[in-house]
Amino acid sequence: MEMKGRIIFKGKAEGEALVTKQPISFYGGVDPNTGEVIEKDHELQGQSVKGKILVFPTGKGSTVGSYTLYRMRKNGAAPAGIINKECETIVAVGAIISEIPCVDKIDISKIKTGDRVRIDNGTVTLIKN
Amino acid sequence: MYLTKEEQRMLDGEEGYAVRKSMEILVALGEIYGAERLIKVGSVQVAGVSYHNLGDAGLEFLNELAKDGKVKVLTTLNPAGMDLENWRQLGISEDFAKKQEMVIQAFEKMGILVSCTCTPYLIGNLPRYGEHVAWSESSAVTFANSVLGAKTNREGGPSALAAAFVGKTPCYGLHLDENRVPDIHVKVEATLTKFSDWGALGYAIGKKAENKIPYITGIRDAEVDELKSFCASVVTYGAKPLFYMEGITPGAERWPVPKDTVTVEQRDIQEAYDHINDEVSDIDFICIGCPHCSIKEIAEISCLLEGKKIAANTEFWVATSRSVKQLADKRGYTAVIEQAGGKFACDTCMAVAPLKGRFKALATTSAKGCFYSRQNGMKTKMGSLEECIEAAVTGKWR
Repeated sequence: MEMKGRIIFKGKAEGEALVTKQPISFYGGVDPNTGEVIEKDHELQGQSVKGKILVFPTGKGSTVGSYTLYRMRKNGAAPAGIINKECETIVAVGAIISEIPCVDKIDISKIKTGDRVRIDNGTVTLIKN
Repeated sequence: MYLTKEEQRMLDGEEGYAVRKSMEILVALGEIYGAERLIKVGSVQVAGVSYHNLGDAGLEFLNELAKDGKVKVLTTLNPAGMDLENWRQLGISEDFAKKQEMVIQAFEKMGILVSCTCTPYLIGNLPRYGEHVAWSESSAVTFANSVLGAKTNREGGPSALAAAFVGKTPCYGLHLDENRVPDIHVKVEATLTKFSDWGALGYAIGKKAENKIPYITGIRDAEVDELKSFCASVVTYGAKPLFYMEGITPGAERWPVPKDTVTVEQRDIQEAYDHINDEVSDIDFICIGCPHCSIKEIAEISCLLEGKKIAANTEFWVATSRSVKQLADKRGYTAVIEQAGGKFACDTCMAVAPLKGRFKALATTSAKGCFYSRQNGMKTKMGSLEECIEAAVTGKWR
């Protein structure tokens, strides 16, 4: 299945989807060294976003979160790609400065954790469920 | 979003890495928020300066940009995590200082004025009515929009830097008049009798006009220092970074007074104090200057401290910009304050310095200062400058 979205940062990525219905705050919410979600009571708490296609509705929290994504990238702990329902400033800027392929305006309810997903610029492809 | 040929070339990387990254940021934000084009900005204020908030990743990113990035417009800087000269006396560690200096060097290399103040409008970055600017620092953004009548969104650190390297910002949000329409009328029926009442008023209006643009009536007069404190408070406690104050904000009369009306009464001011003030009487930290002190405020502090002594085990800080401190040095205010045992914290402030665990209880004139100091684990007391000086001299509140 193919879905067309809006390119936030161009590029291609493929990997296993990690999906949450909750917004993510990278600053304080994700460990920049390991990529583990550490926000208390978050759906993904304890799971690592490293190398995943991270699928979440939108970002939240401090604008410093853009730098956290950059730090994750430098530490090899960043997601391979990001898919949002509605991207906002923090994630957009973070994806751009970290050069992580990022696309939004996607119906993320169609994607489940564990799905194999490909991002090719503005197009998201579910390879198999 | 429409791009001119020149802008397209910048996006294609013809002006190097920093400009390309900047254009990518500006275009993405423009697309997200539905901007049709980029517009020129008169100046930029960059936040995200304290190493405490940036960390090594932020520093690395700034170093990347500094390799070939030069700002195209007047660009000033927010406070850093320490006084760049006097950091030892203020208890900052060697490691932190080293990293903070590297951050500052990166900004200097970009051609930014390392003004390190949240009050750029007091040191020469002063936009005119109607001018488009790209500022970060919520209190300064609110002051620019509401006291000066300039137009700016609330930028984050990277998006402000991007605007500086390109000289432009995407035209959306508060750059467009259609998004600057006041949507709640706030009638102030309370009487403001001391300086900290402006911070309390900011709290009250911030709560009543959460995420709205208030049109404020009932204020007869306001000094710049009072407005500066009010701006910091109203946006910290919930309003958008734009308000109209009848008789004060340039062009306020162009807008219709919104029908939706709330009133601020004396008891709302009292409630603000009740919320901001903790139960505490022993004070070990007094900090004046959130936002940074003007020369007039420093003159008042000097006058009140003359011939007095700060209590033992109590720190008294005056937070201000280095430019304003130089005036205070010349006029002799610095000497009076330091003779009393007070310290100057230039280039930094209580909101961005690494103060967690250092002090138990703060006294200040600033509502915003209380908000951030609570996050640093302090109990807080807000009052007039006279009350704060008394706390500094006695180590006790009242």
